Amino acid sequence: MRAPLSWIKEFVEIPKSITADQISDALIRVGFEVEEIIHQGADLTGPLVFAKVLSIEEITEYKKPIRYVGLDCGEKETRYVICGATNFAVGDLVVAALPGAVLPGDFKIGARETYGKVSNGMICSARELGIGDDHAGIMTFSEGSVAIGSDAIEGLLINDVIFDVAVNPDRGYALSIRGIAREVAGSLGLSYTDPVDALRTLKFTDTGKGVSAKIADPVTASVFYLRTLSHFDAKATTPIWMRRRIEKMGMRSISLVVDVTNYVMLELGQPLHAFDKSKIRGGLTIKRAGKAQPFTTLDGQVRQLDPDDLMVCDDEQPLALAGTMGGAYSEISETTTEIALEAVRFDPTCVAKNSRRHKLSSEASRRFERSVDPLLAQYASARFVQLLTENSPAQHVATVVAGEPRFSPMVKVDPAFISRIMGVDVGPTEIVKILRTIGCEVNEKTFEVIPPSWRADLLGQADFTEEVARMVGFDKIPSILPPRPKHASLTHSQKRRRAVSMMLASRGLAEVQTFPFTNQETIAALGFLGERASTYRIANPMSEEFPLLRVHMVPGLLEVAQRNISRGAKDFAIFEMGSIFRSAQKLVPMISPALDKKPKKEEIEAIFASLPIQPFHVAGLLVGKVENEDWQGKPRSYTWQDAIAFAQEVLQLCNHSWTIKRSDIAPWHPGRCAELLIDGKPVAHAGELHPRIVEMYGLPERSSAFAVALNALPDSPLVRPSTVGTMPAALQDVALIIDASVSALEVEQALRAGAGELLESISLFDRYDKIGDGKISLAFSLVFRAADRTLTGAEVSALRDSAVKSAEKATGAVLRTA
Amino acid sequence: MNPADVASWISDAQGAFAAAADLDQLKSARLAHAGDKSPVALASRALGTLSADQKASVGKLVGEAKAEIAKALAQQTAKLEQERDSKVLLEEIVDITLPVRRAHRGGLHPISIIKNEISDFFLEQGFSVEEGPELESGWLNFDALNIPADHPARTMQDTFFIEPIESGLVLRTHTSPVQIRTMLAQEPPIYVICPGRTFRADELDATHSPVFHQVEGLVIDKGITMAHLKGTLDNFARHMFGPDVTTRLRPSFFPFTEPSAEVDIFFNNRWIEWGGCGMVNPKVLATCGIDIDIYTGFAFGMGLERTLMVRHGITDMHDIVEGDLRFTRQFGVGL
Repeated sequence: MRAPLSWIKEFVEIPKSITADQISDALIRVGFEVEEIIHQGADLTGPLVFAKVLSIEEITEYKKPIRYVGLDCGEKETRYVICGATNFAVGDLVVAALPGAVLPGDFKIGARETYGKVSNGMICSARELGIGDDHAGIMTFSEGSVAIGSDAIEGLLINDVIFDVAVNPDRGYALSIRGIAREVAGSLGLSYTDPVDALRTLKFTDTGKGVSAKIADPVTASVFYLRTLSHFDAKATTPIWMRRRIEKMGMRSISLVVDVTNYVMLELGQPLHAFDKSKIRGGLTIKRAGKAQPFTTLDGQVRQLDPDDLMVCDDEQPLALAGTMGGAYSEISETTTEIALEAVRFDPTCVAKNSRRHKLSSEASRRFERSVDPLLAQYASARFVQLLTENSPAQHVATVVAGEPRFSPMVKVDPAFISRIMGVDVGPTEIVKILRTIGCEVNEKTFEVIPPSWRADLLGQADFTEEVARMVGFDKIPSILPPRPKHASLTHSQKRRRAVSMMLASRGLAEVQTFPFTNQETIAALGFLGERASTYRIANPMSEEFPLLRVHMVPGLLEVAQRNISRGAKDFAIFEMGSIFRSAQKLVPMISPALDKKPKKEEIEAIFASLPIQPFHVAGLLVGKVENEDWQGKPRSYTWQDAIAFAQEVLQLCNHSWTIKRSDIAPWHPGRCAELLIDGKPVAHAGELHPRIVEMYGLPERSSAFAVALNALPDSPLVRPSTVGTMPAALQDVALIIDASVSALEVEQALRAGAGELLESISLFDRYDKIGDGKISLAFSLVFRAADRTLTGAEVSALRDSAVKSAEKATGAVLRTA
Repeated sequence: MNPADVASWISDAQGAFAAAADLDQLKSARLAHAGDKSPVALASRALGTLSADQKASVGKLVGEAKAEIAKALAQQTAKLEQERDSKVLLEEIVDITLPVRRAHRGGLHPISIIKNEISDFFLEQGFSVEEGPELESGWLNFDALNIPADHPARTMQDTFFIEPIESGLVLRTHTSPVQIRTMLAQEPPIYVICPGRTFRADELDATHSPVFHQVEGLVIDKGITMAHLKGTLDNFARHMFGPDVTTRLRPSFFPFTEPSAEVDIFFNNRWIEWGGCGMVNPKVLATCGIDIDIYTGFAFGMGLERTLMVRHGITDMHDIVEGDLRFTRQFGVGL
């Protein structure tokens, strides 16, 4: 929302000593962010005069049209200038910059030879003067609207300061000069005149029958003023002062009627709509569209109406999308002589829905959505009649009113509450003064407060507290630390996540964060199946390329790896922690308890239960070599073993023991993937990635990955350490020959079972696969120890034999003899 | 046997040992002066031929000579061995500036680092760290936060909705639903922060990302005022941006707080918008069953990406989201 200082000054007595920066600070202090202060005309010096076009000579030998124009600048002789614009004719009035003038951008005007002629100045567009964005053509004015040869800087009211203000959605009233001026006055403690005051006494007599007005459903609108005017002449033009104000607000002057509706909206905040009365059949009614049907809006677009759209209709058809945009059919045209002017206080929600359904945000809808002062339907429409009749032959015919304004209820305010929230003592007298400044009626004894008609947002004590706080100034509030608990700590799972990420980071993995979006092609290409492949779809994704929520962490890591490789990286390891999404759970319609009190326990639980479980995973991707290549040659590459090791280290870090088995699961190599289980439940997968996927993403061969479902890990168990034996240990080595298909783990487990409780540890120290015949040899080292004695040779041999026997029985192993 | 002879054996041996320049020469000297054919060895062997009287006196003389010679030998051996060792170690010198094999440089993502840092700061202040799901109920993300159905934030432009729309499921647009979850589950006093990942349908550019992170704070207790909000924010800002940073509250609007304010910081000689804050709207407290006659509270929220970018002078959001290791690794683990 823009606000020119010259316009604000019409309603606020601002002393000369107050600078634009001080006004800007004053606005910021009370909650209006000033995004820009535009000093219009500051970089423009004359001479700049109004001139009349006397002659036009078209010069045609150049690529673009060039005109050699003769101008009457109020001088004795005709002045000739070169001009590249063509949007003017002989007799038009224009703005001419004469030699010596400097236009914005330090553009000095002088007499110069160009296109074979001497150009003695320049005729200007609004953009060249720094007063508008319109550079399609030069500025033109109608006969009689400006004086030839007079100073155009003054005539166009160029020198001004324009504030560009950000207005929060709860302050619709400030989308007007009326509202901004009130805030400037309130913040600076200056005297303010409400522009509405002058309109309260404005009366128009009915001279004929006006168009009738009706509100079908009082929910949709409270009050509807419909003013009928006649004898309008479309040739009437917008006075310069009005046109310039509209331009300073960043809008364009279009025609007198449209300009007056816009002007009144900008001044007071009430959007108006003017219909060509000749197009109206019967009266106007505010009602729902009722059925789907095509409707052409002013911008020429044909829109399919929703039955729920709120419309302004005549007896036959919808004529305007209420509060949003008028229809093309009943638009004011060059032949319009009779006007029906609509001023309504629409329900904000109805207009918001209109606007959203048609993705059509207009100056009108922005204001209606943010609530418009219900008294303005009367006063703004009166202002329209006043301005139109003053500037054209139009005459008021009749005013028809439907409905009546509805106001916010009285609120009982406790001054102590306000101080209690602010943390500053503000006395009742001060509070009364502030509330009156913002327009409230206050009963000093009872503190019953009636909010002003334009403040639909002041509904509770907290709302009034904000008003007092911003007027007192947030800078007056002291800075104090609250009383608070002495200590807090992370939860177990938060600590675990931190420890895991620190461990991986210190082991050489770099953390990445990827967008959790994917698509069906990726899910299919990676080979996810069943529950691991089904996920939720975003109704409005950023792009149709990634409409689904991720089902696994590895695809994101693959993309990051691919990106790093494309930028020159070769050997690296990365990991990510985050949620994945699998749509195992059936969704239910949203549970929406009433908001005025705490929902029942069952309702809260039902809401929580209605949400899909979102497993929290950590996953890593190992690419290329374990270290960078250097002067010593090539280090070894990451393999399936490193991936399994990382997965195991995560579990080990969390102090869990696990079992391991081979798994054939996407996206891993079917023969080189381990599944780690805790209490029989899979919690991790790790190994070499499927070669097809490695190739698809252009990664080095044998790239490996791991994924651990952190949320599936039980809490780490309380450590109950076994006693540390101090008696001597006895070492026994056994070498076994078995079928290559038997896993090392099976053999180890059988040895363990046979060795009994005195076995302290067991480790595989040799694996030999050159035996042939589908056999391999596995050599284990067994350490025995008793807590209370030194084991005898005979005891140890017997334990070893028992272990071997167990392995023979369980796995068909044969003791290898030298 | 002449004691003078014995003394000369000793001095000869000492002289020969001392003259040995290396262990080989010392070996020859040892054979000559302490070996089987050395004078002292021959004298020792000849002791058997002597009378008992002589045996005692000569034996003592020879024994002392043997000990002296052995001592001299040991001293020189030790000296020469040390010299040899030093020489060998000198020859074994390497260029320790050669690049050594190290694991790849790992590290945490800068967003994780700043999240940990903020969490640690508030943990020390007695605030717990609360989290919630990213796929969230629309009731918790909007309704309970006093964001009515027709609020612009609920339209298709900002929020990612999940099919079917009737489920009301959204990718949370802020971490505020965690505040609601906390208030629904816990009794005051409540001192929590809620860091986490959030989503809004903004195109990725230099300053926006559809996936980003926030940290929010929530305090509900008896007698909580805007002064406490200010104190907490000042403290937080100084921790993040240094002791010289100044904060400013500007009146603003959020549906879930009233009064509401924007928090600006004066950092590197300019005012920068840092986040939003306010006193928790009584409507929100009522929905969460908190007695508004007893308790008041404040809430605040900041973007982690924004905080990171401002503090570290990062100008392009792409660096934060793309996962280029050249960027990420510079942050280490945040030490």
